[in-house]
Amino acid sequence: MPKKTSSAAVPKPAPPVPRTPEEAAPKKAAAKPAQQVTAVEMGARQREISVSEFFTKNRHLLGFDSPRKSLLTCVKEAVDNALDASEEAGILPDVAVRLEVVPTNGTVPPASQATRFRVTVTDNGPGIVRQQIPRIFAKLLYGSKFHRMRMSRGQQGIGISAAGMYGQLTTGKPVKIISRTGPRAAAHFFEVQIDTKKNEPLVHENKQIEWDRPQGTQVALEVEGKYQKGRASVDEWLEQTSIANPHVKLTYHTPEGEAKEYPRTYHELPPSPREIKPHPYGIEFGMFLKMLQDTKSHWVSGFLASDFCRVSPQLADEICKTAKVSPHLKPRDLKGHAAETLYQTIQNTKIMAPPTNCISPIGEKAILSGLYKQIKGEFYTAVSRPPAVYRGNPFLIEAGLAYGNRPEDQQKPQQPAMPKAEGEHEEEDSELARVIRYANRVPLLFQQSACSTFKAVLNTTWRNYGVSQSRGALPGGPMVIFVHMASVWVPFTSESKEAIADYDEIQKEITLALRECGRRLGLFLRRRERAASEFRRRNIFELYIEEVVDACDRLKGGKLPKAKLKAQLQKIATSRTGGLKTDEALGKTGGGPEGLPHSIIVTAEGVEGEIALADQVERDADPAGVPVEPDLLGDEQPIETPSKKRAAGPQAAKGRIAKSAKGKAAQMPLFSKPAKREKTTRRRA
Amino acid sequence: MATKLKKTTAVEKKLIGLADIVITAADRSKDPTFSIPIRALSNVSFNERKGLIEMGNKKQARSFFNVGMAKKFMQTVLVADALSELQRADLTTSLREIYYRTKHTIKDSHENTFDTQDESDPVIEDLEVSLAALREELHVRAENSGSIVGPVIFGDDGDRVDCARLGKGGYSVPSIVEPEYLEIRRCTADFLLLVEKGTQWNRLSEDKFWRRYNCVLLTGNGQPPRGVRRLARRLHEEYKLPVYVLVDNDPWGYYIYSVVKQGSINLAFESQRMAIPKAKFMGLSSADPERYELPRNVGIKLNEKDIARAKELMNYQWFQKPAWQAEIKRMLTSGLKYELDALANKDFQYLTKKYLPRKLKEKDWLD
Repeated sequence: MPKKTSSAAVPKPAPPVPRTPEEAAPKKAAAKPAQQVTAVEMGARQREISVSEFFTKNRHLLGFDSPRKSLLTCVKEAVDNALDASEEAGILPDVAVRLEVVPTNGTVPPASQATRFRVTVTDNGPGIVRQQIPRIFAKLLYGSKFHRMRMSRGQQGIGISAAGMYGQLTTGKPVKIISRTGPRAAAHFFEVQIDTKKNEPLVHENKQIEWDRPQGTQVALEVEGKYQKGRASVDEWLEQTSIANPHVKLTYHTPEGEAKEYPRTYHELPPSPREIKPHPYGIEFGMFLKMLQDTKSHWVSGFLASDFCRVSPQLADEICKTAKVSPHLKPRDLKGHAAETLYQTIQNTKIMAPPTNCISPIGEKAILSGLYKQIKGEFYTAVSRPPAVYRGNPFLIEAGLAYGNRPEDQQKPQQPAMPKAEGEHEEEDSELARVIRYANRVPLLFQQSACSTFKAVLNTTWRNYGVSQSRGALPGGPMVIFVHMASVWVPFTSESKEAIADYDEIQKEITLALRECGRRLGLFLRRRERAASEFRRRNIFELYIEEVVDACDRLKGGKLPKAKLKAQLQKIATSRTGGLKTDEALGKTGGGPEGLPHSIIVTAEGVEGEIALADQVERDADPAGVPVEPDLLGDEQPIETPSKKRAAGPQAAKGRIAKSAKGKAAQMPLFSKPAKREKTTRRRA
Repeated sequence: MATKLKKTTAVEKKLIGLADIVITAADRSKDPTFSIPIRALSNVSFNERKGLIEMGNKKQARSFFNVGMAKKFMQTVLVADALSELQRADLTTSLREIYYRTKHTIKDSHENTFDTQDESDPVIEDLEVSLAALREELHVRAENSGSIVGPVIFGDDGDRVDCARLGKGGYSVPSIVEPEYLEIRRCTADFLLLVEKGTQWNRLSEDKFWRRYNCVLLTGNGQPPRGVRRLARRLHEEYKLPVYVLVDNDPWGYYIYSVVKQGSINLAFESQRMAIPKAKFMGLSSADPERYELPRNVGIKLNEKDIARAKELMNYQWFQKPAWQAEIKRMLTSGLKYELDALANKDFQYLTKKYLPRKLKEKDWLD
């Protein structure tokens, strides 16, 4: 067992086992002779450290370093808990986050200067039984998630109690909780604090109250913090949460008194992830020893077969035989060399990969609707990879991409028509893509460059897909890249859960997903470029005719019938571009999201793709995402002049009922396929 | 190609002809198209008999209703308009002023007719070639960037300019030196020395080299501009002055000499009027360092560009004479180039007192 040496050691997220300083004496030999301290004196000073004390001193390990980040961490922990609880109980989450400035010395400072905030998070989840409330909110490392292999946002049971402890440390105020388990049950109000020495809750207040909500939990924390918008802010975190969780309705009251609403666009709970047993490849030797001690099995073979996944009784016997360990040995008696041999044997035995049904992906449609809802763009796509395995842990990568500016936004900057001087150019997009990263649906906002996802984005050759990219940099252009890793155990580089570690298997999966997104983007960009060049062609002539006519007129001494020449030239231009028009129409028949599965294209005329699906309540038993081909209306109009554009966005999508109906039909590939074939042949004919 | 003041009307007619092309084509519902001779190595040939680079007959079509050419076409019409304005007002102007005159933002757009002067300059050259009009006839002048000193007397705007009485600064050669602008009243020199570098020209002028050897000293500060070349040609033609060229010993020096002698590729159409096929290459030759005992350490190592350019020169038809092939090969073998200034290594006045006198005495030059 590891020695408890100093508080500076990074703690393993395991419950601390109280240890007596029995091994102190031999260590003493190294003490310097100059200091006349005896082993006994030193022994007297050596004592146990509680987790809470440890984290009080090392709160940065849990994400409570700067006041700004601490505020975010408090919101994050409370929201994570709310979502995990609601989803596990099968309730579509409805979460309200309220940030309020706490008056200091009787005055309320403006939000940007305030140092104290009250964070209130309310959900419609299952509620918490009365007896558990104090321990969940005021005891570190207490919870349901650590002891099982199941995909969830929280993993350790530190988060919310650490947030409470942070509040207690900085403001001295207790955590206030209201919880109600159902309309018939009473709502309970608690005020709890944590006894940092013992890591035990102290209940200050406990009473039944009237609550206007039929069910749910509300947590209120008063903490020191700093509110600032922009990168890595509470606002950004909530926005990104809403992108990856379109099934959540999120209401956010900013400290400035503004109310932001992130509506639910996907009316289906993600399939509940199943719990699995650990896979033998993913277990380290120390953990293996611990499992040997804790198992309920009486035989080693039974232990192997029942405590691990993918180990059948036959395989267990076989492993014991190869390791020359009696299958009937008591697991507790297996120690030292024999245990190590057994462990090595397991690692060298071929064992089937772990089951992957324990992971619940967000799903391509949900990602699409999340991106579409939050990010203004012209093109959206999403890819869910099939599950894969790293170090015995199943995981799954999803990627999404939103590109471009909405047509209505493109118009704006063109308004001030200022003549350009030499050396001035059309403002080029020096903007770089933004990467938004998620682990089990939770946005990761810090340490981007250390993250495996970020590295995968850099290592993808975006130039192949028509996007600019400097060497070793992010691709350029108005683009948001979405990467999500779902796993029973996400390998973070540190305890504060900020970056995903760089395993080859993970990197490979991310790259594959990004490449698929890139391919679709490239296809879209090429089509758009083709359409734009046709448009430009006609435009050029119209622009220059005027110039040429004026110059000719001056050359002829101002005696030219200008109108006539202009009309003649325009006639030639139209007759010449008449051929182009047909080109354009041809290009347009292939211009929709055909061949672009799981993508949305927003044009001046409206929205093409799967967005209509996302706006409907649908129970679609197709989480793996069989490529769906939304059908295109044959009579799509070619690009019109921008002045004729209709408002894009959800309204436009709603206006296309016919289309959404078609999209819905396309979702049932079995039935729609023959029909579709007919249609295509007809179109060809 | 005689150039008379009266011809300006002819030039204006030619410019108006461009407008007529547009009008006629529009009448017939055709795509208006100008045909412009190509100014590139592919469209020049070396006439050995005349010793000139001549332009071929290859032409390119510039059509309005072609996406790639529409803007160029529009620019061509605009420049033609500006040039005809000059003709009517009887003014001369610079390339840069033409650029400013024709630049504006096209109505209802963010597009400028021209973004930089790099776009308008070639259009002017295109017009020179396609209208067979000289730049001077178009009333476009270049900067004055040449100097002349020696026993020659000009009449410039009615002023008498005696180049033997202008101190060491000499007379600044205007960019247009056609007889109607610049009259050569008298010239008593025996030969003309065209020096690449202004610094060396200054050395010779300060040392009054022209007085002792009765010659005209001319420089173009690098690649000689049209005015300098045309003036050298006129002195050569009208006063039978032999022309000698003094340049650095590097591929660029060789090319300057060849431009003076045979004309340039870009302006091949002007060769007939500018080239001096009888010009001689005085130096610096790759044989000189040995002959004049220049130490190796005043040489400069040829860089990759130099070597590539030298090899290119060896392939030009007008460098095919054995003496020239040997000259260039000698430079490549030594791997060094020498500047005229390097002669100062021996003595500040080495060029005036030793090098040129010996060259002239030994008649040591290349043709």
